[in-house]
Amino acid sequence: MNKLTSYSIKEIHKSFRDKLLTPTSFIDLCIQRAKQTKELNAFIILTDEIAENHAIESEKRIYIEKKSLPLDGITVAIKDNFCTKNINTTCASNMLKNFVPTYNATVYSRLLDSGACLIGKSNLDEFAMGSGTVDSIFGPTRNPWCSGEDWRISGGSSGGSAVAVATGACVAGIGSDTGGSTRNPAALCGVVGLKPTYGLVSRYGLIPLVNSMDVPGILARNIDDLTMIFNCVAGPDILDSTTLKKQFKPVKIDDNVDLSEIKIGIPSEYYCEGMSEDVLDVWRSVTDLLEKEKCHVRTVSLPHTSVSISVYSILNQCEVASNMARYDGLEYGLRAAEDYSTEELYASTRSEGFNNVVRSRIFAGNYFLLARNYEKYFLKALKLRRLIADDFNKVFNGENSVDLLLTPTTLSEAPLYKDFTSTHNRDQCASQDYCTQPANMAGIPAISIPIRLSKNNMPLSIQLMGPFLSEELLLNVAKKIESLVDFPSLKM
Amino acid sequence: MKHYILSKRLLYKYSKILRRGFSSHCKKEWQSVVGLEVHAQLNTESKLFSGAENTFGGLVNNCVSLFDAAIPGTLPVLNGKCVELGILTALALSCKVNEVSTFDRKHYFYADLPAGYQITQQRSPLASDGIINFQVFTPGVHKKPYNKSSKIKQIQLEQDSGKSLHDAELKRSLVDLNRAGAPLIELVFEPDLEDGEEAAALVKELVLIVQRLGACTGRMEEGALRVDANVSMHHAGEPLSTRTEIKNIGSVRGVAGAIRHEIERQRSILEGGGRILNETRSWDATAKITVPMRDKEVVQDYRFMPEPNLPPLRVNLKTKEYSHDVISVPLIKDKMPELPEESRTKLIKNYELRPEIAVQLVNEPVLLDFFQTITLVKARNPTKVANLLLNDLLTVLNKRKLDATSCPLTVNQLEDLVDLLLDKKISLDVCRKTIDELLEGTGSSAMDIIKHKGWLLITDEAEIVKSCIKVIENNPKLVKQYKEGKTKVFKALLGILSKTTDNKLDMSIASEKLEELLKK
Repeated sequence: MNKLTSYSIKEIHKSFRDKLLTPTSFIDLCIQRAKQTKELNAFIILTDEIAENHAIESEKRIYIEKKSLPLDGITVAIKDNFCTKNINTTCASNMLKNFVPTYNATVYSRLLDSGACLIGKSNLDEFAMGSGTVDSIFGPTRNPWCSGEDWRISGGSSGGSAVAVATGACVAGIGSDTGGSTRNPAALCGVVGLKPTYGLVSRYGLIPLVNSMDVPGILARNIDDLTMIFNCVAGPDILDSTTLKKQFKPVKIDDNVDLSEIKIGIPSEYYCEGMSEDVLDVWRSVTDLLEKEKCHVRTVSLPHTSVSISVYSILNQCEVASNMARYDGLEYGLRAAEDYSTEELYASTRSEGFNNVVRSRIFAGNYFLLARNYEKYFLKALKLRRLIADDFNKVFNGENSVDLLLTPTTLSEAPLYKDFTSTHNRDQCASQDYCTQPANMAGIPAISIPIRLSKNNMPLSIQLMGPFLSEELLLNVAKKIESLVDFPSLKM
Repeated sequence: MKHYILSKRLLYKYSKILRRGFSSHCKKEWQSVVGLEVHAQLNTESKLFSGAENTFGGLVNNCVSLFDAAIPGTLPVLNGKCVELGILTALALSCKVNEVSTFDRKHYFYADLPAGYQITQQRSPLASDGIINFQVFTPGVHKKPYNKSSKIKQIQLEQDSGKSLHDAELKRSLVDLNRAGAPLIELVFEPDLEDGEEAAALVKELVLIVQRLGACTGRMEEGALRVDANVSMHHAGEPLSTRTEIKNIGSVRGVAGAIRHEIERQRSILEGGGRILNETRSWDATAKITVPMRDKEVVQDYRFMPEPNLPPLRVNLKTKEYSHDVISVPLIKDKMPELPEESRTKLIKNYELRPEIAVQLVNEPVLLDFFQTITLVKARNPTKVANLLLNDLLTVLNKRKLDATSCPLTVNQLEDLVDLLLDKKISLDVCRKTIDELLEGTGSSAMDIIKHKGWLLITDEAEIVKSCIKVIENNPKLVKQYKEGKTKVFKALLGILSKTTDNKLDMSIASEKLEELLKK
């Protein structure tokens, strides 16, 4: 059914009400689509039985009780680093291949409480370390826009969720975003991807990569759907001490936003080496589009942008080394057969359980955290991080301030798998994350919006960034841009 | 001649050198320096960062939340009660409570540390710069008590680890995570103590204080309070040299013994020309020696890193406003109970008790409680009441291998006894016997027991005179000696009198009467 890749939540709910579709039949269509697109390898696990049960519950509420929930019958895919009770949560790693959590991540339980139906757990780079969804023990995920013999990557690390949404196997996907892991695959797969303000969405149950930067991310095919999902999951959580305590006010999308009041900044430092002509062209055309809508567009400067990648690299590796210290095979997860001594057991378990990327980050992180190195690297990185955050603060709150920033999301369209894997993971991240990870440094919200297709028929997207807690402005402006560009949906 | 003078000069030089060498060897004495680190388990219902039950002796691995087992994706949530107790303890020890404190991760791999790191407050602790004042007095060691104090460098909140048991025979290790994540405060003292007795006295006072505050049970035998001692030797005026850390001390006396042994061990090494290794040693309480614990000379790098999942802890230092998320320090200060030192001073002042009595009473909170209730009746002499509790009651309890905390007697029973004793209706001996009977727990009152056993003191003068006459008649030799001037013999006669009357006479009356009769 072709409409699957373009159906919005509003349309689906209307179809439910008009009985053109029922939740259970809709779930079946989605599961079928997921099975049809198996070679894309978007899912690690398909939870069809669970989805069907959820759908039955939704039907009861809609048709019998007449008390429907906001996401009744809406299919979702959850990245496999979010804990789902009684469902394997692997982080695409041998270490947690058979790990079954006994609790739900807050994001997931809030979706369930809103009536959503879980289609499956989606593929990712092992422990979310990567920007291609190529480093998973379950194999890489292919981009649905180019999945043949010479296929292109889906982006990462939330590639599975992006592909699931793009192909219509589900309506929305949950990813995580530490350096761009939601926005990157959104851009390469032609869907919208939101990285919310740090502290707005609970991380309880999200197996962490970098605790001080991680945020649960949302992927959908249009802004209205994304906003609905966002409104259901955002808000304080006592189980996560880093969530903001302020009560959450749901975002309202105004269908006719007046852009003449908005000031958009174009940061000059985001013109970086390696950026493709296509991407530069899209950036320019969106700028023109906004100017046509009477938007005030200006060049601004974020002077510390170039150090962002190094800072991110150090802080990421340090937190990884710390967060991975718990994987010793004693309480859960992989346990090596070695039982000669506890030390041997730890070493073998951790060598077997982690891939190269994870292990190299642990080594680097341990090195940076040594007492004699702490000041030289970690502390310095923290100071530079503050400078990066201050850059954004000045641009949003200082003299000649702007409301939002417009930049590309990735440096190019989705690369060919063979080209992408010819470079080292570190270099891949360094180049692909250039435009996305400063937002994680500063904790500000950012969204990736697909604009048009490249000459290779691959999606090209741009990114909007806003100050802390500016999701309402961000999503409304994104909605306007979306309506102006009319990005085509994927033809299956 | 010349030759002789030369030699003499040489001899003189040589002997001078010899003397110099000799005296420098004796003059420089090694002085011991001791600094303590105390870990106290906070007496809260749940753990520091999780809602699991914080208890001692629960069924193995039954008080473990997902967070305590380091299940992926779980996050710490700070228990406010722990912060309150930490602040209360800091205030009681005259520390400066820091307005902002932060949490750190201290990394090391061990089976009883599921996350591979402990959450602690190394860099910015809850409180700093305090002092503990205490008296040092060990009978047999010190002639009289003296005052001492030790400065507190910092007080920090941190997680306890689980427990691991190693079964060498079956070559396996067992891990119990009940204690993993339990709340601790670590008190870091400056190295300003000199020996084991001072350290033991400090610990004793600290235990009393935390018990008084309700912050910690102070039960060292349960591991609720753990003491690590840092010991080093140096010459006066010179900087401190290599120190060793002694762990695994399980009692207040152990503190004294372990440190005393370690000082001697280090002294003999240094005097023999050797050097001290910077190592961790364990106190073996049975063999009464310290043994090396971990790898020698391997310094652990804990790779400290700020805990990213916990925002900085802010407390309100200025106002008494109650807020769920920002604890008011002035409000806690208002709740401060009377501290042991204040109690001692009050006892000495209000009840005119001798200092040693005051110290002993404060050392036994149960007895202190009895004392304060019993002496509400002004007629009862405080010193005599104190003596009854500290000497008689405690002695009888100890004979039955009980201590004051497990004393089943009620304050009413003790009040009856006190009155009987002070009214001279019973002797001290009878008093002890009655306590013993009461401990049997038959439910009878003190009076019932005494009446039943016929233990009341005889005060009837006629009866007393009769007994006196009997003694005089039966001991003519002694009587003769007394009459001849040997007044010392009177004591012997009194002794015989009390023995033959089974201690049932009021001895003050009996003594009077005997003297009268002897004069005749």
